[in-house]
Amino acid sequence: MVAPVAALRVVRCGGSSLHGARAVFSTDSKYLLCASGDFVKMYSVATEETLRVMGGHADLVTGIQLNPHNHMQLYSSSLDGSIKLWDFMDGIPIKTFAVGSKLLALYALASFEDSVFVVIPKGGERDTFQLVSVKLTKAAGQDLEAKELSVVLDGVDASPKCIAFGREGEYVASVKEVNLQVYFFKQKQLNRFSVSAGKTKSGNNRFTCVACHPTEDCIATGHADGKIRLWRNFCHKKEYTFSTLHWHHDTVMDLAFSVEGTCLLSGGVESVLVLWRNESNCQKDFLPRLGSAIEYISMASDGALCCTLHTDNRITIVNSNLRFAKSIQGLIKTANVKTGLVVDPRTKALVLNGEPGHLQFYCLQSDQQLFSLDIVQRQYIHQAGLNQADLVKVAFSAQGKWLATVEEREEVTDPELQLKLWFYDEETQSFKLNTRINMPHEDHITDMCFRDMDELEDDSLILVTTGRDRVFKVWAMVEDTDPEAQQSVSWSCDFVGSYHNYQATNCCFSEDGSLLAVSFEETVTVWDSVTWDLKCTFCHPPGKIRNICFGRLTCSKYLIGATDYGFLCCWNLLSCALEWSAHLNVVVLQPDPLSEHIAAVSWLSKESSLFVFKPNEPRPIYIQRNICREKIQLAAFVPRDEPETIGSEKYLWLRRSQLFFLTDAQELMTLSMKSLQERLTPSSKQLAVEENLPMTPFSLLLGKHRRQQSQENIDLGKIIVCNKREQDSPAVKELLHTPAHVLPSASFLCPVFIDSLLISKENKSAEEVADEVEMESERTEDDSDEEGDVTEMEQEDTSPVELLGEMTYKLSKSQEKELRRIRKTDYSWISAF
Amino acid sequence: MGEFEVHRVRFFGLVPAGPRGGRLALARTDGAVEIYNFAANYFQEKVIPGNEARSVEALCWAAGDRLFGAGLGGEITEYDLSRLCVARSVDGGGGPIWSMAANSSGTQLAIGCEDGSVKLFQIVPGGIQFERNLDRRKGRILCLSWHPLDTHIAAGSIDILRVFHVSSGQTVQRIMVNYHVHKVKRECIVWSIAFLSSGTVVTSDSFGRVQFWDWERGTLLESHTVSTSAVLSLSVSEKEDSIVVGTSTGATYQFQLLPVKIGSLEKRWVRTKPFQHHTHDVRAVAHSSTALISGGLDAQLVIRPLMEKMQKKGYEAALRKFTFPHRRLVSCARKARLLLFQFSQHLELWRLGSTNETGKDGEVLPLCRMPEHLVQLKSKGPEHIYCSCVSPCGSWVAYSTASRFHLYQVQYEGDSVSVKKVPKVPKLLLPAYQLQFSADSDSLFIASARGSVHVLQLLEPGGCKHLHTLQPPSGCPEAVYLLAVSADGHWLAAVSGDWAIHIYNLKCFKHHCTVPTYNCAVTALAIHPITNNLVIAYSDQQLFEFSIPEKQYTAWSRTVQNHGLHKLWLERDSPITHITFNPKNPSHILLHDIYMFCVLDKSLPLPDNSALLMNQSTLKQLPETARQRQLHAFKICKKFQPLLFADLLDENCLVMVERPIMDFKTQLPLPIQQKKFGT
Repeated sequence: MVAPVAALRVVRCGGSSLHGARAVFSTDSKYLLCASGDFVKMYSVATEETLRVMGGHADLVTGIQLNPHNHMQLYSSSLDGSIKLWDFMDGIPIKTFAVGSKLLALYALASFEDSVFVVIPKGGERDTFQLVSVKLTKAAGQDLEAKELSVVLDGVDASPKCIAFGREGEYVASVKEVNLQVYFFKQKQLNRFSVSAGKTKSGNNRFTCVACHPTEDCIATGHADGKIRLWRNFCHKKEYTFSTLHWHHDTVMDLAFSVEGTCLLSGGVESVLVLWRNESNCQKDFLPRLGSAIEYISMASDGALCCTLHTDNRITIVNSNLRFAKSIQGLIKTANVKTGLVVDPRTKALVLNGEPGHLQFYCLQSDQQLFSLDIVQRQYIHQAGLNQADLVKVAFSAQGKWLATVEEREEVTDPELQLKLWFYDEETQSFKLNTRINMPHEDHITDMCFRDMDELEDDSLILVTTGRDRVFKVWAMVEDTDPEAQQSVSWSCDFVGSYHNYQATNCCFSEDGSLLAVSFEETVTVWDSVTWDLKCTFCHPPGKIRNICFGRLTCSKYLIGATDYGFLCCWNLLSCALEWSAHLNVVVLQPDPLSEHIAAVSWLSKESSLFVFKPNEPRPIYIQRNICREKIQLAAFVPRDEPETIGSEKYLWLRRSQLFFLTDAQELMTLSMKSLQERLTPSSKQLAVEENLPMTPFSLLLGKHRRQQSQENIDLGKIIVCNKREQDSPAVKELLHTPAHVLPSASFLCPVFIDSLLISKENKSAEEVADEVEMESERTEDDSDEEGDVTEMEQEDTSPVELLGEMTYKLSKSQEKELRRIRKTDYSWISAF
Repeated sequence: MGEFEVHRVRFFGLVPAGPRGGRLALARTDGAVEIYNFAANYFQEKVIPGNEARSVEALCWAAGDRLFGAGLGGEITEYDLSRLCVARSVDGGGGPIWSMAANSSGTQLAIGCEDGSVKLFQIVPGGIQFERNLDRRKGRILCLSWHPLDTHIAAGSIDILRVFHVSSGQTVQRIMVNYHVHKVKRECIVWSIAFLSSGTVVTSDSFGRVQFWDWERGTLLESHTVSTSAVLSLSVSEKEDSIVVGTSTGATYQFQLLPVKIGSLEKRWVRTKPFQHHTHDVRAVAHSSTALISGGLDAQLVIRPLMEKMQKKGYEAALRKFTFPHRRLVSCARKARLLLFQFSQHLELWRLGSTNETGKDGEVLPLCRMPEHLVQLKSKGPEHIYCSCVSPCGSWVAYSTASRFHLYQVQYEGDSVSVKKVPKVPKLLLPAYQLQFSADSDSLFIASARGSVHVLQLLEPGGCKHLHTLQPPSGCPEAVYLLAVSADGHWLAAVSGDWAIHIYNLKCFKHHCTVPTYNCAVTALAIHPITNNLVIAYSDQQLFEFSIPEKQYTAWSRTVQNHGLHKLWLERDSPITHITFNPKNPSHILLHDIYMFCVLDKSLPLPDNSALLMNQSTLKQLPETARQRQLHAFKICKKFQPLLFADLLDENCLVMVERPIMDFKTQLPLPIQQKKFGT
């Protein structure tokens, strides 16, 4: 039942930068729309869930705005030069307007009937931008040209925060460097103001953002020195005036007026949301500890909510009374992922640096942060230029019972290091600090690993750290003799090894844990993990060793190393000889824990390529050149919950685990075989929309009634169960709930529809097994068992289902087979309906 | 070169003032009243020295140019601005007076007293007359304001403000000011009040609020909290579209009445510009049509121009700060090398130190004899000293207060100094405004009221004789405030308050001539010892040279006028306070103001606007030939700041009197403690 083998596609699955533009609340404040990389994401305000991801732009989305004339529609602009109009409730693109040049910001105003404003680069000049109004033609058709541009302001800043439109679109204010420009549309008058240039004693006077009062002629500007200026009377060139509000100690990142205009919200690097009342310096309220610097502030149109976008991709939703309401956080962005991508064996979550000093556990399935573990346990001060302790290394033991972390504070002379060992407490379901070792090494720790032995006893667990102080250390558990200690074990150093006074750079245990490989600059040394004898050394000059790893399963006799000079080497541990080597500038070397495959990502001439190989043969199994634009920083294999069926032998390596990459821009990507259409079918998301109905007394009453009904239904038997299943099918649901005028063509919907009629146990029918040669026999048995169960249930289903007509009517197994055969061959006949 | 410090101690807190007709009157906490003339580059035109017994809490202009003051002594005082003394004072009859306001037509004065009464006085020619009391309640009246139509008076007290109907004298509104603050135990003091023609009453109070009230309904219209400490002073512009307030943290804020939207009639008061020019309480603010004026306990008067009212950038558009008086308070006995310092109530005579060493330019030489404090003369009574002088030979010291004139003979016998008061000083019309000894120390010139100058002959041992009184031929109502005598004792120049310079011949005690009038105040003048040219510095920074024998401006003076002075020179802040000459080089004129000392070399060309005015440091780096080309007439030295006095002792010895601003600040009370971020 595998569709004709599609090429592997690189799919973004989270983490991409949320700060393309200010977020937008839907008119009813139920949904929050955010630009996220090339996509527009829709979140539910009530449940924090991602309801919809709208893709279609070919580059970063730079601006989103509700259509002022139809609040169910959304305009989005992108660097790819197009403006798209979406029906965001259904996630359907309605129109695409091609503008032609890069769009850097988008503004839509109610007072301008059929045009929107965008910021585009000025033709021929670098780093100069202009604000233009684009006339959106009303012509029919999906893809339209919008070439009717008229320049409103010249010399504007590229940032969308540097332009704001005044009350009822009377004027537009733009700031750049130390200049403020105000253009009045009716009077066609342009006023320019400037603040004193140059660095004053209080700091940099530069403008950073601008906001306009919704009902009065008042412009608020934020400055790099933390001041907020409120400009009034700016219709006069001379008699303008401003007052100053000052609380922020660093750059004001964004400003927003409340809907009534009585309050002003400001945010900056301090991660405190400040509410200024009545434009007074003395009446202000704060919402502190928002976690990281505030990048954008946006208000809901009814004023009940406000949301802040943070530099680490967190979205915070705040009540109108300045109370923290919700936080939407996917992959937290950090300045530098020093820990690498680690998979928590217990939760299968990706683990990496989160908030400063924290470890984030990121759930790949739900694109949500599971939790954040405070490792450093020190107050983080939001100020630029401070050296603060940060997490640099993390390692899990095989079952996730132990967690080792290394934190350090960058000092030029001597770094402050701490090695911490955490024990997973089953009771509290969290990690508890077991041992803290100050200065485990004299210098930076370069690598760390646990001996990965699933079946071995707990006391055989050892940890190896390598340091720039030219030694590697082995840490082992010892019984705690201190009677006052609450724990029975603690960690201490067991062995210190070194090799020719070289810096130790990497370490790795073989699969069975008997051998430890430690790389010392240009040399790889292999040690016996019981006696700590040096077994052998490998060297492939020139170039220092960048990465090493052991092969697994059938290839466990191989040791792979990547060097600085662009060589990938494979040594045979039995013969102690170089098996093969390849010229490849490998930046990431990642073995799959569940198979023999090893993924290597190379960076050559500004493109990242992926190579997957088995150590026993020098020829790669799979090569994908230029998998993404950015440089890939890290990669990790995440084991799948259940192995996927893979049609092509080429992609067999993806069967048991999935490969994830983290790029420079901290976008998390993965390789997927599913077609675009399948991925974009919003599974279960539509449901979420419906379930998010507000809790009104009526809905409560209705809910009670419904519950009673369902109670009865359960009593009645299993009939309903199956019925429900069909209704629950997302495709059908979508088909039934999408307004007819936005439905795609019937031929497009047909396969989905038919799919939904089939009980969604794809790939498990008998023919399937026959088709697929590689299918393991064990699994087929399982499948057929399940199949039996399903058919049983099917037969009990007697209630006719509306709309589905006779097609659902008791599908016998033979009928089903027939249907599938038809579907595989030709289904264009349905389009005739 | 001797360098010295004046230990002049004065607490200058400034007290209410108000501009009237281009003149600003301000009172200091020591009772002194100063008049600044806006037209003459904010020159401190007149000073009425203070009096210990007379504090001034309120000042107001009324009935034309009559200036009234009232204070905690309970008296209303009228000042005689031509004679620079108190004209008359009337007891208010209600205990200490906290506030005073004149109505818009200038016919009535209202005072607010300690006992809670508001009293009205009629201003009549030659004095004031008690008219009646308004409704009296308990609680001192701290501030008063008339409605522009003179129908109502608003009065601020502790916790409340009241509005009186003038003709009936009844309280028509009483508003609790602290009603809107929750759980406040402290009392709320209404420090300042203003009644706008729209019927809005503006108050500033000790909670740091500026509030706008509708007096008829007694409701709060707007409240702006500008500071965590008290807002002490408030002033409204004439158009009633701008308000300036001063707080006890030294900050001043401007409020502006701005339209909410373009073209809409709805207007709102918006706090706009904050200024922090003071370190201490801003006790007084005034709003002129083009500038905000504030005076504080740190003894500074700050004039901050409103840029939007300025037509062009220039002298008017610069921020001015006045810390030091525009008067000479130091006199120097050149031959005896003595300095006399004038304090508000005493004089100090110091002998300069000396050194035997020589050194390079810029080097500090070790002293072989320390400066010596010879005599301190204390004036009796509460009155402050008007003027003082020491004779060039150092044996005579004279000073004058409002009611007395004293002449002392100082005798030096080795290290001991004896001071002998000269008996039987002729009874003259007092006070004396300026004293000047002749170069040979045998006569004393006393500047007096009505443009007259008395000449006293000094007799050995310890006597004096009134020789003559010089008077301008046409008469003059104003007092003489500056004198200059020629080195040969032949000529005397006198400047009176109407800025006319009269020159007298001392040989025959006759009026010689009058310098053509120039429409600006004279700040300093001196007669050249060799050429007998009179050099005059005006408050608009112009310089003139007038040949006394020829009764006309000299050729150089005409060149200066034709060529014009350098722009930077004209835009300087402070007036020239003293002029002296270098006898070795007759073409040199030595001038100084508070921030610079200048040697003006008449033989060199005048600088163009394009040339660098302060070019001394660049000249030093140039080679000799290039230096010659770059030279111009103004040689300015800014090393000594703030410079109170500079004089040439002999050919190569200069005395400079500095008063470091820090010394001065340490004498002030502690400012309000404020938490500053990052400290």
